[in-house]
Amino acid sequence: MSAFLAMGGYAWYVWMSYGAVALVVAVEAVSVRARRRRALAAARAFGNRTTLPSPRFDPAGRTS
Amino acid sequence: MNWFKYASPASFYPLAGKIAVGCAAVAVALTLAGLYLAFVVAPTDATQGEAYRIIFVHVPTAWMSMFIYLVMAFWSALALGFNTRLSAMMAQALAPTGALMAFLALWTGAFWGRPTWGTYWAWDARMTSTLILLFLYLGVIALRHSIADARRADRACAVLALVGAVNVPIIYFSVRWWNTLHQGASVSLTSAPRMAATMLAGMLVMSLAAWAYAIAVSLTRARAIMLEREAGASWIAALPEGAR
Repeated sequence: MSAFLAMGGYAWYVWMSYGAVALVVAVEAVSVRARRRRALAAARAFGNRTTLPSPRFDPAGRTS
Repeated sequence: MNWFKYASPASFYPLAGKIAVGCAAVAVALTLAGLYLAFVVAPTDATQGEAYRIIFVHVPTAWMSMFIYLVMAFWSALALGFNTRLSAMMAQALAPTGALMAFLALWTGAFWGRPTWGTYWAWDARMTSTLILLFLYLGVIALRHSIADARRADRACAVLALVGAVNVPIIYFSVRWWNTLHQGASVSLTSAPRMAATMLAGMLVMSLAAWAYAIAVSLTRARAIMLEREAGASWIAALPEGAR
């Protein structure tokens, strides 16, 4: 096993390459799934809203 | 079968979900098989020792970085020519995965170049043109974020993607056109591969895994983009529970 991990003296190069690919793939896969879940929740919240927010933003808080 | 039906997000969204799940499963299976070939079956290289095993991630990511760009340019051309919103969303969904593939091709190339050529980086024609490819991807992503109106951003990004497409054949032929540090093609359609059969098999299986992964992840991102850009559309509320 340790002979396998040593990669004939090239462990640094081989595992830095494979490690970077594994890390990038894992992070991208997890983040893209989370993005879709967030987008679905936001889209459904938008669709469920019965009253639309006031079209004008009034910093004084007056009701138009 | 009417293919134009799938030009609308309402009917493409559930289909993309099914394809993404299937491709993700294929990607996992092919990666396991590819890693087995790469580390157990393929023999040690006579001149490079174990360092050559980087080929099994370097070549697939480099191929995907070029191919994803061409697919992105194809969707961009459709978006410009027919003004179809789904084509622009597909182009938008491909850019981050393409950028990551270009980054990984450069990164694994650096860690392969150091033990074999004695340097992590050189301003070699192929490396430089691949770095430009990474910057093109980042430029498309940055341009997208700099324009608030999504439809205007679609057109601007499509033009940039199409102009940048000229770089892909430059990368591909760079090892022939210039006398580069980077080696020539080991695998081509016109000649027998210059490598052992088990090495070639491992590389091809890992490449197919990269394809399946790229399809799964970019279709999932495309689905997120459809939801983000069409929030409030009636088709989202009308999706059956299983198709979400």
